[in-house]
Amino acid sequence: MNRKSSVALRRAERDLAHAQEASLLESVRLRPVISVSNLSKTYASGFHALKNINLEVRRGEIFALLGPNGAGKTTLISIICGIVNPGEGTVLADGHDIVTEYRAARFKIGLVPQELTTDAFETVWDTVSFSRRLFGRRANPGYIEKVLKDLSLWDKKDSKLITLSGGMKRRVLIAKALSHEPEILFLDEPTAGVDVDLRREMWQLVRALRASGVTIVLTTHYIEEAEEMADRVGVISEGELILVEDKAELMHKLGRKRLILQLKGPLERIPSALAAHTLELAADGHELVYTYDPQDERTDITALLGDLNEAGIRFKDLRTKQSSLEEIFVSLLRETRR
Amino acid sequence: MNLHAVQAIYRFEMARMARTLLQSIVSPVISTSLYFVVFGAAIGSRITEIGGVSYGAFIVPGLTMLMLLTQSVSNASFGIYFPRFSRTIYEILSAPVSYFEVVLGYVGAAATKSIILGLIILATASLFVPLEIAHPVWMLVFLLLTAVTFSLLGFIIGIWADNFEKLQLVPLLIITPLAFLGGSFYSVDMLPPFWQTVTLFNPVVYLISGFRWSFYDIADVSVGASLAMITVFLGLCLALVGWIFKTGYRLKA
Repeated sequence: MNRKSSVALRRAERDLAHAQEASLLESVRLRPVISVSNLSKTYASGFHALKNINLEVRRGEIFALLGPNGAGKTTLISIICGIVNPGEGTVLADGHDIVTEYRAARFKIGLVPQELTTDAFETVWDTVSFSRRLFGRRANPGYIEKVLKDLSLWDKKDSKLITLSGGMKRRVLIAKALSHEPEILFLDEPTAGVDVDLRREMWQLVRALRASGVTIVLTTHYIEEAEEMADRVGVISEGELILVEDKAELMHKLGRKRLILQLKGPLERIPSALAAHTLELAADGHELVYTYDPQDERTDITALLGDLNEAGIRFKDLRTKQSSLEEIFVSLLRETRR
Repeated sequence: MNLHAVQAIYRFEMARMARTLLQSIVSPVISTSLYFVVFGAAIGSRITEIGGVSYGAFIVPGLTMLMLLTQSVSNASFGIYFPRFSRTIYEILSAPVSYFEVVLGYVGAAATKSIILGLIILATASLFVPLEIAHPVWMLVFLLLTAVTFSLLGFIIGIWADNFEKLQLVPLLIITPLAFLGGSFYSVDMLPPFWQTVTLFNPVVYLISGFRWSFYDIADVSVGASLAMITVFLGLCLALVGWIFKTGYRLKA
């Protein structure tokens, strides 16, 4: 082989190696960061908490698990984080099985629990440094300082946990979860029982975390929270994952409202002049209910009221009602079972 | 092996002892001194010596053992019970640590505490009575084995207990009586023959006897039997801890 061709061969080999490396990186980037397959869980009491859950969380997204209390949200994330034994099925965290490769899997994960469970007499600095080392990282005061400053906890670093307010304790739990630089952060009901200001602060914080490259899975039973934060939403009810959808899609589905008009006199049926509107009679003809989607451009309440006026229908009061989460879950469940 | 984690748990537990220094160190020392005053001085004036050893000196190993057993159990049981009670245990369960590492951290700290305590008690005792140690290495071996074994037992109790009463139950109702009846304050051969036989079923007899042998070269039972007994007990505790973690008993649903 002459010198020229051997140089060309070497170059080709090098290019191939680069290409392989790039495609490997790309496949890692595209690989779901959490992958749950056929996961079921029955507690010793016989309670069937999770039923055949399949879920993939994408790298870098904010994923909200939405569901009423007792739906299985906490069980699901507790299994992924290693606090509850999995029943059947497998869970991979960044490609690592949470049972057989629990060290690698858990190293990637930070968990902020729902309850404010902290020690009492430890200082903020000590408890956050403890978490970092517990997760196998060498002490790094510089990083802990950054985390505490980001969470506005720096001036409290020497305070004992027992002296902190609920909101601050919540932030300490977040600092503990972030102390070992996880790639995936689980937030279990981060804003349950938190006042409005703090909730907004929390949302900002979560967005900032996502911007830094952390994948975030949060559970909530507030629709507005999912709406505010999430890229995608999973709805869980009675242990079943009813749907996983893009937020925009879901909001469209969940965004229905009802306008309830209390009539001065009862109606026997809806006059044909009003057939163009989606109306129903309720309360023995004493109420007229208009169901609409506020985001839909075809919705025209002015036209409806005008038509009512023309038809001589008078009303003494009106109210609007957003479908409650409970109702939405029930209807979603009904739809998926159909 | 996640040594950072073992170290973190160990230091956390040792810091807890430092915070409760008065309770952890001072109170056992005071109660041991009281035993010396009551048993050593009052009874010692009636029983002058046992097996060629003055009564005051004779009770030192038994008293040390009594404190070592109760303190190992209560330190270790509280150490693991409290995170369960306050539910901060979630962090340990979600961390990349093996069960062995968790036990090493908690039990290691509890055993260290009780060994420090044992040495302090011996130092306190030396103020009251002349102390001689015939087999210092064996003395340390017995001290270490007993501290580790009973810290493991304490760890098991801390996992089993689901309220504070249960936590106190075993040290109070089992460990202390066994230690009192295990020859802390007397030699087994001072008992009537029937009770001598009954006493042989008390595992603590073997610990105290072996420990006393390391001081004065006198023993109620053979040193081999003492060592065998504590090894068996250690093995039992290890097996039980292994089972707890394997099944997640009272830790994981």
